[in-house]
Amino acid sequence: AIGQHTREHGVSAALKQGQITPTELCQKCLSLIKKTKFLNAYITVSEEVALKQAEESEKRYKNGQPLGDLDGIPIAVKDNFSTSGIETTCASNMLKGYVPPYNATVVQKLLDQGALLMGKTNLDEFAMGSGSTDGVFGPVKNPWSYSKQYREKRKQNPHSKSGDSDWLITGGSSGGSAAAVSAFTCYAALGSDTGGSTRNPAAHCGLVGFKPSYGLVSRHGLIPLVNSMDVPGILTRCVDDAAMVLGVLAGHDPKDSTTVHDPINKPLVLSSLADVSKLCIGIPKEYLVPELSSEIQSLWSRAADLFESEGAKVIEVSLPHTSYSIVCYHVLCTSEVASNMARFDGLQYGHRCDIDVSTEAMYAATRREGFNDVVRGRILSGNFFLLKENYENYFVKAQKVRRLIADDFVNAFNSGVDVLLTPTTLSEAVPYLEFIKEDNRTRSAQDDIFTQPVNMAGLPAVSIPVALSNQGLPIGLQFIGRAFYDQQLLTVAKWFEKQVQFPVIQLQELMDDCSAILENEKLASVSLKQ
Amino acid sequence: MAAPVLRRGCRGRLWALACVDGGSCHGRGAPTGSPSNRIRGQSSVAQQPLHTAQKPRKGEHNWAAVVGLEIHAQISSNSKLFSGSQVRFSAPPNSLVSFFDASLPGTLPVLNRRCVEAAVMTGLALNCHINKKSLFDRKHYFYADLPAGYQITQQRLPIAVNGSLTYGVSAGKERGQVIPKTVRVKQIQLEQDSGKSLHDDLRSQTLIDLNRAEGQLRVDANISVHHPGEPLGVRTEVKNLNSIRFLAKAIDYEIQRQINELENGGEILNETRSFHEKLGCTVSMRDKEAKQDYRFMPEPNLPPLLLYDATSLPIGTDPRQVIDIDHIRETLPELPSVTRERLVQQYGMLPEHSFTLLNEVGLLEFFQNVIKETRAEPKKVTSWVLNIFLGYLKQENLAVSESPVTPSALAELLDLLDSRTISSAAAKQVCPYSLQFLTVPLSQEMFSVTPQCHH
Repeated sequence: AIGQHTREHGVSAALKQGQITPTELCQKCLSLIKKTKFLNAYITVSEEVALKQAEESEKRYKNGQPLGDLDGIPIAVKDNFSTSGIETTCASNMLKGYVPPYNATVVQKLLDQGALLMGKTNLDEFAMGSGSTDGVFGPVKNPWSYSKQYREKRKQNPHSKSGDSDWLITGGSSGGSAAAVSAFTCYAALGSDTGGSTRNPAAHCGLVGFKPSYGLVSRHGLIPLVNSMDVPGILTRCVDDAAMVLGVLAGHDPKDSTTVHDPINKPLVLSSLADVSKLCIGIPKEYLVPELSSEIQSLWSRAADLFESEGAKVIEVSLPHTSYSIVCYHVLCTSEVASNMARFDGLQYGHRCDIDVSTEAMYAATRREGFNDVVRGRILSGNFFLLKENYENYFVKAQKVRRLIADDFVNAFNSGVDVLLTPTTLSEAVPYLEFIKEDNRTRSAQDDIFTQPVNMAGLPAVSIPVALSNQGLPIGLQFIGRAFYDQQLLTVAKWFEKQVQFPVIQLQELMDDCSAILENEKLASVSLKQ
Repeated sequence: MAAPVLRRGCRGRLWALACVDGGSCHGRGAPTGSPSNRIRGQSSVAQQPLHTAQKPRKGEHNWAAVVGLEIHAQISSNSKLFSGSQVRFSAPPNSLVSFFDASLPGTLPVLNRRCVEAAVMTGLALNCHINKKSLFDRKHYFYADLPAGYQITQQRLPIAVNGSLTYGVSAGKERGQVIPKTVRVKQIQLEQDSGKSLHDDLRSQTLIDLNRAEGQLRVDANISVHHPGEPLGVRTEVKNLNSIRFLAKAIDYEIQRQINELENGGEILNETRSFHEKLGCTVSMRDKEAKQDYRFMPEPNLPPLLLYDATSLPIGTDPRQVIDIDHIRETLPELPSVTRERLVQQYGMLPEHSFTLLNEVGLLEFFQNVIKETRAEPKKVTSWVLNIFLGYLKQENLAVSESPVTPSALAELLDLLDSRTISSAAAKQVCPYSLQFLTVPLSQEMFSVTPQCHH
């Protein structure tokens, strides 16, 4: 984090030095939000709230008493986190108009540090999906679709904006948060990660996407998809920023009985690794699948070589139950979904249909109207697996396989490996029109292949943007660490980030006069990206 | 809504009734303590036939009935089992509902320590084995008073198992004969209570109050009959009985109904029935014919509940963070069976008397205070307290706490009796109503004339 330890760079330092005020920063970001509205990253823009928060932040800075390094920093929150007084929809008809009376713990922690809440970001409905294309507010567009890097490769008119038909998906399900950060409308965003929903869009949007260890960060207020796998995720433009946010969020929450006590030191300051000679990197052989694009495979290989050339030990490991993972995930995920969605019946909150013939009829119509096909499909599957006659064969079996998958990782780490290195996605971001040729379930099964075993094992993982593809689109690689070794994992990731020097997205032509903030790269991150 | 509930399954070889409300066991207007109409039939082991006092036994075959009780008992605590909202009776509807109780999205259950302690205490009092590790599950069904669409309960591994309860059944031709019986307690589990539904037929709507469910005690009875030596019969479930009287009536009726059905060549359906209070019969609940599949699933937001005892408690643990079973055992009050045994030994009373003394709230304390202050023999005190004093209370419809007669006053009367200041006959001729005289100081003159019964 930024404190006494770092050099005076980054926007946090700028705020402290008075080079820019929270209100100016807020207004710049609000302006960018307006200019990038076509990306459809935000469902709700909380302009008044943010400006008021900025005003208060400014007072604190004037008195020389900022709350911390996040004071006055614009952030965005995925719309499946409960925000008090601000509509929370989960991109579903079921919760349109639902205004929660309380803040999720992670939201409260950010607000307590003085962060500015710019708005709630778009997602797949109830976080089910890998494209951020299946929410009721429409799909999210990947800012890289409009980047100079991509456009030049396609030899397209660099001045064309929205309206083109071959824009790219962000990945999902936290695509809105990813687009919001990628397009500089905020400095950090909360996503959620159940099977890769933070890491996947991070990879497609050229961001750092961090999934903490399960039990490290409170889920109170995160509208659940799979309670035993969900975690709040962090999307930022550099590793130090992700560490800073993690330092604020991590810790036991009495309201969440699955959080552990005193797991990490706070605030979280990442040391700079002088060298990696003491490190052992594991490469899981089962992750080399035919569907993996040759570009990503090549990058993965070069990354391994990089570590080796810098003195690290790089070895092949085996995670033998990998091939069962996606099916196992499907059974457990749909079962928990069926259970978690049972509360949406139109009685206490949310959408309620007009039928009032009987309670049962009302339930049925409300749920049919409120949920999209993806959600309903998963509920039906889940209920099937939970039936008495199926429970042993499906749910219990899947639990056992889950244990085997988790043990695979434990064994790998026990054999001397510090960190695993894998791809994040099978390919770079694809055009929306191509993505929708397959259904949600097929896509999720394909796209989650490298990310969801991590959720089943509850481990920390992070996607780091590595390089641009031949098409000029971001490619990310994933690091996986031991449970509760989040700090160590991020330390390795930070070293790697410095080595690869991933380029900044060039959106200037798109942004016109808003480019001032973007060109000043020193202000692109909360802390200095070294 | 999410009020804590202790739930136990009680499987008895014969129809076991714990006399929770002692007064009604003996009935009003029956101060001499003869068995009331409620406790009918013979207590026996399963091989012997059961019969009711009302109908003669049908057919020639022996029948044995098996009854299992599911008892829902609300824990006495300040807040609910999984949410911090308060528990208070007669609060305005929906005024004690937390975000979790209303099943707002994103809310999570947090276990209430006091409820766990209560469950452990109950388990210990019922001679159960306390499971050092127990688990929580979700039981799914859709109903308006269950906002989350599931109830959190302990299906797989409850907090306490394999207990027993010893009780007494007044039986036999000899008056005062009490036969001790033991019923097995299969398990005790913690679970969420539902809300309360009020059906408004006038407006064709149902009103839901999520404070808590109605009634401190609700019982479901599972009943089957079989021939001794043969396998158990098909069972029916009679739901939502909330008085001991109706519980007994429903069980009696259902046993006889099943016997009649089977002896006439019919068959018993595994179904849910309700008890029609006015008609005194059980009725099939047609809309629940299809067997419910509750789709049980582990509750992912509550890790396993771990309890410790003196041997397993890690050194240096914060006592506020853990529950020590041995510590709870030490804080248990004297259990009724122990008290009853002590009374029988100490005062030479019949077992039946010890039951009555404990089953009437405040009566034991009253009795012991009289014992303290009087010279009279314990057997005399027992007789006076259980017969004349208790009879007087019943006639006046008073609880012990409302009695205008104090222990001191009764002790004084007994002293007079003991010192032969008044004759036994005179004392016994004192009508129950005349005990009102005991509220003023006694003098010999009061007893020099033949007392009149005042009504």
